[in-house]
Amino acid sequence: MGDYVRQLPHQGSHDMARRPSMVRRVHIDVPLLLLLLLLTFYGLVVLYSASGQSAAAVIRQGSYFALGYVIMILAAQISLQRYARLAPWLYLVGLTILAAVVFVGVGAKGAQRWLEVGGFRFQPSEIMKLVVPLVVAWFLAGRALPLGLFSIGGSLILLGLPAMLIVMQPDLGTSLLIAASGLFVLFMAGLRWRYILGAVVLAAASAWPVWMYGLKDYQKQRILTMLNPDSDKLGAGWNIIQSKTAIGSGGWQGKGWLQSTQSRLDFLPESHTDFIIAVLAEEHGLQGIILLMGIYLLILLRGFWIGVHAQTSFGRMMAGSLTLTFFVYIFVNMGMVAGLLPVVGVPLPLVSAGGTSVVTLLAGFGVLMAISTESRSGAM
Amino acid sequence: MLPQFDLKDSQLESRIFGSRTIIAVCLVMVLLGLILMRYYALQITAYEVYRTQSERNRVQLQPLPPKRGLIYDRNGVLLADNRPSYVLSVVRERVGDLDVALSELQTLLPVSERDLENFHKKVNRSRPYEPVPLRFRLTENERALLAVNRFRLPGVVVEARLLRHYPYGELFSHALGYVGRISEEEVQALDETDYRGTFYVGKVGVEKFYEDILHGDVGYQNVESNAHGRVLRVLERFLPVTGKDLTLSLDYRVQLAAFDALGDRRGAVVAINPLSGEVLALVSTPGFDTNLFVNGISYEDYNALRDSLDVPLFNRAIQGSYPPGSTIKPFMAMAGLQSGLVTPESTVADPGWYSLPGDSHRYRDWILRIRGTGHAPLVNMKMAISESCDVYFYDLARRLTIDRMAEYLHPFGFGERTGVDTTNERAGILPSTRWKRGAMNQPWYPGETISAGIGQGYMLASPLQLAVATGVMASKGQRRIPHLVMAIDGEPLPVTSLDPLVAPAEYWDAIFDGMREVVHGRNGTAKALAQGIAYEMAGKTGTAQVIGIAQNAVYNEADVSERHRHHGLFIAFAPIEAPTIAVGIIVENGGGSSAASPIAREVIDAWLSIEPG
Repeated sequence: MGDYVRQLPHQGSHDMARRPSMVRRVHIDVPLLLLLLLLTFYGLVVLYSASGQSAAAVIRQGSYFALGYVIMILAAQISLQRYARLAPWLYLVGLTILAAVVFVGVGAKGAQRWLEVGGFRFQPSEIMKLVVPLVVAWFLAGRALPLGLFSIGGSLILLGLPAMLIVMQPDLGTSLLIAASGLFVLFMAGLRWRYILGAVVLAAASAWPVWMYGLKDYQKQRILTMLNPDSDKLGAGWNIIQSKTAIGSGGWQGKGWLQSTQSRLDFLPESHTDFIIAVLAEEHGLQGIILLMGIYLLILLRGFWIGVHAQTSFGRMMAGSLTLTFFVYIFVNMGMVAGLLPVVGVPLPLVSAGGTSVVTLLAGFGVLMAISTESRSGAM
Repeated sequence: MLPQFDLKDSQLESRIFGSRTIIAVCLVMVLLGLILMRYYALQITAYEVYRTQSERNRVQLQPLPPKRGLIYDRNGVLLADNRPSYVLSVVRERVGDLDVALSELQTLLPVSERDLENFHKKVNRSRPYEPVPLRFRLTENERALLAVNRFRLPGVVVEARLLRHYPYGELFSHALGYVGRISEEEVQALDETDYRGTFYVGKVGVEKFYEDILHGDVGYQNVESNAHGRVLRVLERFLPVTGKDLTLSLDYRVQLAAFDALGDRRGAVVAINPLSGEVLALVSTPGFDTNLFVNGISYEDYNALRDSLDVPLFNRAIQGSYPPGSTIKPFMAMAGLQSGLVTPESTVADPGWYSLPGDSHRYRDWILRIRGTGHAPLVNMKMAISESCDVYFYDLARRLTIDRMAEYLHPFGFGERTGVDTTNERAGILPSTRWKRGAMNQPWYPGETISAGIGQGYMLASPLQLAVATGVMASKGQRRIPHLVMAIDGEPLPVTSLDPLVAPAEYWDAIFDGMREVVHGRNGTAKALAQGIAYEMAGKTGTAQVIGIAQNAVYNEADVSERHRHHGLFIAFAPIEAPTIAVGIIVENGGGSSAASPIAREVIDAWLSIEPG
């Protein structure tokens, strides 16, 4: 099966009637690109206000976006076959770096997440957000369905190793996201419901022991604070109280762009990074939230659409996993800022200020576009 | 792999993936719907709650404490003013760990235990984000030190406040009273809104009595401040209303004369204008520096004041209760005249002692010890007053009986509060059979009437009461409620009068004659005062026993320890033809009236030299 020879430049007979458009030639999925551009533009508008009308912050974030789009387009050029071939090697390199960070970093500060290479600081764990679904998809591609215990076990080991190393950094939030991205591959690959239900039951049963022995005090505190922010008004509860105040005071219409008092008067912490949705909600009201969620939903639907139309199981699994991971970002961030979920360091995708997550996310969309390209060419 | 196998597998995969995608899309929709519901609940359902919350975050209502009214003497000498002072306050919500912040501050500047204690009490009842004062009266150095370290002291603010200041400290301590930091108990009693932002409240004296007038009305401003408490702009402002200024009837110079004349002795002087009831001087010594109390006195200072044998915190002028001794005699004489038991001319035989019919106990006259006999074979009223004849008044008291004595002395203000406009006034005691039954549950004994006739025994009066009674005498029966405050914000207060004591002119003249002779007569008990005097003064000396003296024992001043010596008393008014000042004076353990009478001369001289005419 699966011979994904790029045909466009050579075999032009089908396309000669209609000249292949520029975007087609560079493997761009136009609807997805437009939605992403809309989202990142809206993100910059909100960021301008959230950063205290700092043009510098907008320019910096804009250049991250530019870099991200370039990487996205580059990622879109690579064939899925190559991704599949590269996956295990990328995985091994990533795992090595992670281990180095964890073990070399020990004794340095306790929380070592950054690696500096040639003046660029990046988090190795970010790359794993792409590499883990890739490697699990590579591992599962072509295996017989329904997935056997070997397939499941192997996948769990592949996603479990980096997740464990990242927990040791310690960064529970990222670790869970990475594990989830791998699990989504399993889910999309058709993991049987009895396993899923079993896992859910197991997770529920292990909640108590994990609470007792697994979580560090600050992690427990976050969960307790989420459940009752008033218990620690000035400490851990402050963020949640202030973000809920910001969101709620926006109402339907919002206070207007640049009119957020919670953010402008510094009541809202992290207003331009993890809590930026609160600024959006305060200034643009529920209208703005609906607009944002609409854009997100369209992106998600486009992601699923690409998955459904993918020609290979590798592409399908990757598309499903990337889309679901993107959704998890949205859900966790919007949920935590609104006080539904404990506070974990998850940015609002493509809106929160920050370079690493922008680049990783857009690179992911590049992979998605590569899948889209494959499905289009396959359909021909 | 076989192709068909492949195909079948591929179809199965596609189908599974399709169904999984549908499930995933459903899950995504449900969860996004959940999130949307949450935002709906926050932004639409609870909109009002959070809008209010956000507004409360942004806008803070800051109280603007009013400036306390000033206090002047009758000539405009400033007796209590407000001076700017720098206060170190802490905003509990912004300091992080309060204990760490406090110990940090203590490395920079001294903070006393008492400051800390007050601070912790206040913190517990402060509103969120309200600066709570920790240290007062920052020095220049301390302010500089705080400014330099400001960056590492979030939530620490230095504010300029107006602080009460008493330029004359001890001199007016008992006349003015003082303000102090609002205590826990006072918080309950005070209007919370009005005192929001006020640190001080009148604790005693005029400062307390006129608290409502001096305090003024609090103002407010709505400010927009950021999360760090920095005020960004004032949205609206309601200015406070400054407290009203008080003009006291006290005269600085008369007060100073009385204070200097008392010197380092324990005693009190009250001078009033008998026509108006204005208090011209009110001194109790020793006093204390009232400025110590403004910021919460230190325990050491307070203990020193509290434990001093001289009880400087005790306002002898209005709280002190002393037997009036012979100063009661002119009032007794009026009682005798009014009752018809004596006339100005009637006489009493004076062998130097007196005894009740059928009783061997001898009530001695003070002259007996000096002359071995009485003042004269027959003593009339004038001589009885001027030479302070005890026998005359023993006899009068016996005939008058204690209850009628009380009845006639009552209009002079004995036994009840004068109603002066300050705090802690005591009523003293005007004994009667009913009083004794009520207070001691004992019957009245006839012998007690005899000593009551010369102001000994149960009778007690404050120097203020003596001055008021002397004023009634001086004004021939006009009864004014004494007052310290003459005008509020320049608006004069009306004179408040009681029903006058009506008596024929010759009664007053007879007593005036006697009292003039006390000072100006050849045998007057205070004749030393007449030396070089430019006006006519009426007076009466008095001596109050501190300890009882056994029958026939001789009181020897040198033998008794200082604190067991007699109290010296003196009352006076002047000028006789048109009195403008009446004084009541006591010098504790002064030995006798000669300790007190020169003070009257100083005080009256001071007043009359000021008063034209």
